[in-house]
Amino acid sequence: MTAPLLFVEGLTKSFGGLVALDQTCLAVQTGEIHALIGPNGAGKTTLIHHISGAMQADAGRVVLDGQDVTQLPLDQRARLGLVRSYQVTSVFPHLSVQDNLALAILATDGGGFRFWRAASSERTRYHQADAMAERIGLADFRMQAAGALSHGAQRQLEVGLVLSAKPKLMLLDEPMAGMGPDESTRMEDLLQSLRSTTTILLVEHDMDAVFRLADTISVLVSGRVVATGNAAQIKNDAMVQRAYLGDA
Amino acid sequence: MNGILLLEQSLNGLQFGLMLFLLAAGLTLVFGIMDMINLAHGSLYMVGAYCIASVAAVTGSFWMGLVGGVIAAAAFGILLEVSILRRLYARDHLSQVLGTFAILLMCNETVRLIWGAQPITLNPPETLSGPVELLPGLMYPAYRLFIIGVGLLVALFLYVLITRTRIGMQVRAGAANRKMAMAMGSHVQGLFTAVFGVGAALCAVAGGMLGPLLAVQVGMGESILILAFVVIVIGGIGSIRGAFLGALLVGFVDTAGRTLVPMVFDSLLSPEAASNAGPAVASILIYLLMAAVLFFKPRGLFPTHG
Amino acid sequence: MAKTSALKSLDHALKWRWSSFVLLALVALPDIANACGEAFYIAFATRVLIFALAATSLNLILGFGGMVSFGHAAYLGVGAYTVAVLAQMGVADAWVVWPVAMLVAGLFAWLIGSISLRTQGVYFIMITLAFAQMIYYLVVSFKTYGGDDGMPLLSRSRIGFLDTSVDTYFYYVTLAVCVTTFLLIARVLNARFGHVLQAIRDNETRMQSLGYPVFRYKLCAFVLSGTLAGLAGALLANQSGFVSPAMMQWSQSGMLMMMVILGGVGHLYGGVWGAIVFLLLEETLSHFTVHWQLGFGALLLAVVLLVPNGVTSVLNHVRKEPSA
Repeated sequence: MTAPLLFVEGLTKSFGGLVALDQTCLAVQTGEIHALIGPNGAGKTTLIHHISGAMQADAGRVVLDGQDVTQLPLDQRARLGLVRSYQVTSVFPHLSVQDNLALAILATDGGGFRFWRAASSERTRYHQADAMAERIGLADFRMQAAGALSHGAQRQLEVGLVLSAKPKLMLLDEPMAGMGPDESTRMEDLLQSLRSTTTILLVEHDMDAVFRLADTISVLVSGRVVATGNAAQIKNDAMVQRAYLGDA
Repeated sequence: MNGILLLEQSLNGLQFGLMLFLLAAGLTLVFGIMDMINLAHGSLYMVGAYCIASVAAVTGSFWMGLVGGVIAAAAFGILLEVSILRRLYARDHLSQVLGTFAILLMCNETVRLIWGAQPITLNPPETLSGPVELLPGLMYPAYRLFIIGVGLLVALFLYVLITRTRIGMQVRAGAANRKMAMAMGSHVQGLFTAVFGVGAALCAVAGGMLGPLLAVQVGMGESILILAFVVIVIGGIGSIRGAFLGALLVGFVDTAGRTLVPMVFDSLLSPEAASNAGPAVASILIYLLMAAVLFFKPRGLFPTHG
Repeated sequence: MAKTSALKSLDHALKWRWSSFVLLALVALPDIANACGEAFYIAFATRVLIFALAATSLNLILGFGGMVSFGHAAYLGVGAYTVAVLAQMGVADAWVVWPVAMLVAGLFAWLIGSISLRTQGVYFIMITLAFAQMIYYLVVSFKTYGGDDGMPLLSRSRIGFLDTSVDTYFYYVTLAVCVTTFLLIARVLNARFGHVLQAIRDNETRMQSLGYPVFRYKLCAFVLSGTLAGLAGALLANQSGFVSPAMMQWSQSGMLMMMVILGGVGHLYGGVWGAIVFLLLEETLSHFTVHWQLGFGALLLAVVLLVPNGVTSVLNHVRKEPSA
């Protein structure tokens, strides 16, 4: 049994009297697509915030690839390979899709402390950006402003940004949020294409997509992971059914 | 350390702090509710002082001056809000800085046009111009006691207004979450104007109170404006409670600092070093205070969730 | 519903055609001024150039970095005082004194930035203001250097065998320094650093989550900005022959911000245009009336209410009209 790529242990967080995370434990294996589901208010986004480093927990550990990252801030975890997407699209709306992706690529391409050479003259990076645009299905929109794209296309760009930062682990917070059926299918295909090349932990509400995509599913209820397993196991779990359909 | 001196300095600090509160209260509400940086707030203070001084000079009565001047200044504030300032609410902070700075320049120049460049006099009322014996050995100016009284009264009035009335509730709601308050039916436009008018009145009162002590002159608003900003940053933007505590804190530290720090330095350092360092440290004391507060509480002592 | 967003580039063109023309005019200015018998304008133009540099250094962090610093005048003052103090100590070689002024200003910027950049929004504005005030009061208390009254500059900084006390020669020195610095700034903005800085301004959280050490970039920009302001301050001390704490007052910081906003926040020539418009307005209006600040304020207010993106946006608009 190989060590998991991401290991969350005993994560606890309270906001005043409200317990958001209650000794949460989670393990994500390398190369798998791991989905995190749960009813509204279960703490899914809070958990993502803690794994990515946007928030600090009261207790518990977050271990990435054997390294304890609990005390590290957001940008440092990203440099270690833990890159996230946001539930509310967070791209650079006034820049072209190509510029957006080029910025994400630059993060792992020597960084930005160069002061003389014109950045636009480094064509290799822009070719890589074009290749990424192709990969996420936005090749036709390369030179358009990101803010002018449709909602679904922007969500795809968001995933593209995460990918461009060469992550070990992609944290996707509801990548299909607000998408119509066509767009959802496109996103699902995109995520399927990433299978086994990158490890993905995603939060999602679209159950059908989750059951199709995920190798492992964890169910979060009231800040605790109450069940973990593959699609078949989770679908038939009585407790999960109660949590979703019964009185919460 | 002279006990009498300490008591006297404390009273001075209280007095200054309460006046700062009058300025800071209006500023923090405007900032907290309308999310607007208003550099012209000091101009309201100046205009208030000038109006009060003028009415007092014409009628020969300080009290008439106070009443007339406050009404005039409040009217001016409301006029300003309705005509120009409400157009800046939706703009970014940078534009607000530029716009209100422009108003500041115009106010300074207009006052200079009307009243001339020389400071004008505002005399305290006859009945309060003498000292009062608070304790054996402690003589304190009656006028300053009066200021403290007025300050506490206004603070009490504001407290009741904010915490016990419907309008106050709307104001607090607006400071905590503007969009939600609007969604729940607060008559926003009228509320904004009222908040601004009250703020202008408070500034005028402060201007009238301090006029006899400091000079009534063009540009008097600038130096006190910075102090008011320091107060609301320390107290937490949008919080009246924070403005009160912050103002008292700044008032005490600034007043005490100016007398105590040079004394301490004189006894510790050489005369030359003390004469250079003493005033310098005294002046920067409140900024050090602000930096220290922000270090531990980056959003002030009582942050609202604007 | 997709919001239409105007497409912007991270690059900023120098627009060689226009700027070469302007540069030529600037080079010819002293001859033109002397021919018209208005030698005064050489000193005035020198002042405009200096403030163009100062405003551009502020635009670097304000417009391109999204950091609204309300204490920028402090770095000008620090640079100016360094020159004056060194001159009093007998050191007046520009090749020594001006880099030292830049270094001292940069050091202050590093100290102040390290603390201030840990705050956000209006708190950042306030704390930069506070630090500038601290420096102001510190300088006022230095009786040995003139205190509240300031002190004169014994002589202009020496540059080899060039007689800088002659206004025309000093003008050309200033022109050379300002143009070179401006080109360097343009270079930085179009380099990786400039791209990253602007991206941080546009979406700081996203940049953090991509792994950029955002604080380091902002601090670097802040220090660069302060250093260049120090250079402007050194030039200003030379131009006016005088330094005083008034140079560092918060109203001066406000004036610098006005220039940037007037000229165009986040536009390459924003600081330049802002300084030109601001100082020209100040100069012409003050000829009409002693109460020129009234009209000045009114004009500023009009600009804020009617032209949100400053002079540069007006120019862009005007240039677009014929082809539209």
